[in-house]
Amino acid sequence: MKNTTTKKWIISLSMVAILPACVTINIYFPAAAAEKAADKIIDEVWQLKQGQDAPADKPVEPTPADAPTDAPAK
Amino acid sequence: MKKFLLSLLVIVSIFTANWVAAAADLEVNTPAISALKASMQARHSQLGPFYSSGAVGLTKDAFIAIKDATAVPLKDRGGFNSLVSAENADRTNLYKEIATANGHPEWQGDIQNTFAGRWIDKAQSGWFYQSGGGWVKK
Repeated sequence: MKNTTTKKWIISLSMVAILPACVTINIYFPAAAAEKAADKIIDEVWQLKQGQDAPADKPVEPTPADAPTDAPAK
Repeated sequence: MKKFLLSLLVIVSIFTANWVAAAADLEVNTPAISALKASMQARHSQLGPFYSSGAVGLTKDAFIAIKDATAVPLKDRGGFNSLVSAENADRTNLYKEIATANGHPEWQGDIQNTFAGRWIDKAQSGWFYQSGGGWVKK
């Protein structure tokens, strides 16, 4: 009888000790992975590295063409 | 007791496996993130000239800011302000979406910091970025 109680205590204590430890490891910010993800997104948004893994169908500008590229009067 | 140790081992390995998988890559392929990328990509064709002329610059907190509004032709000034705010709104959402897509909304700040460095690193020469208290031409 006493033995079972002790065992239960050991089990609960180990759980309490081990589970949060795992969770703690899991919340570290993965800096390297974040840099990789950032690079990938920036390459796509700024269309760098064309021809490598740029999507084939570029979205056409959705706004009406009021191109600001008219030659300014100098 | 042996059975208990075994189940403990299983639990620990499950958590470890999860962690290893999470560390390998960040999830950036959600519909929300793709939509934000597409929106920013489309906007970039309009913003591009403004980076080059120094009208806008990259801030150290991963946004863009108006550096010199006089570099914008008068007729474009109205649209210019909303272009900058729309870009910053998309960027805020992007950092937030990446954090939540990976199950850690509290990472938003870290992700934003990471982006701050990467935007500036990848900027074309001639563009402006914030450093210390002022603007620096790359």
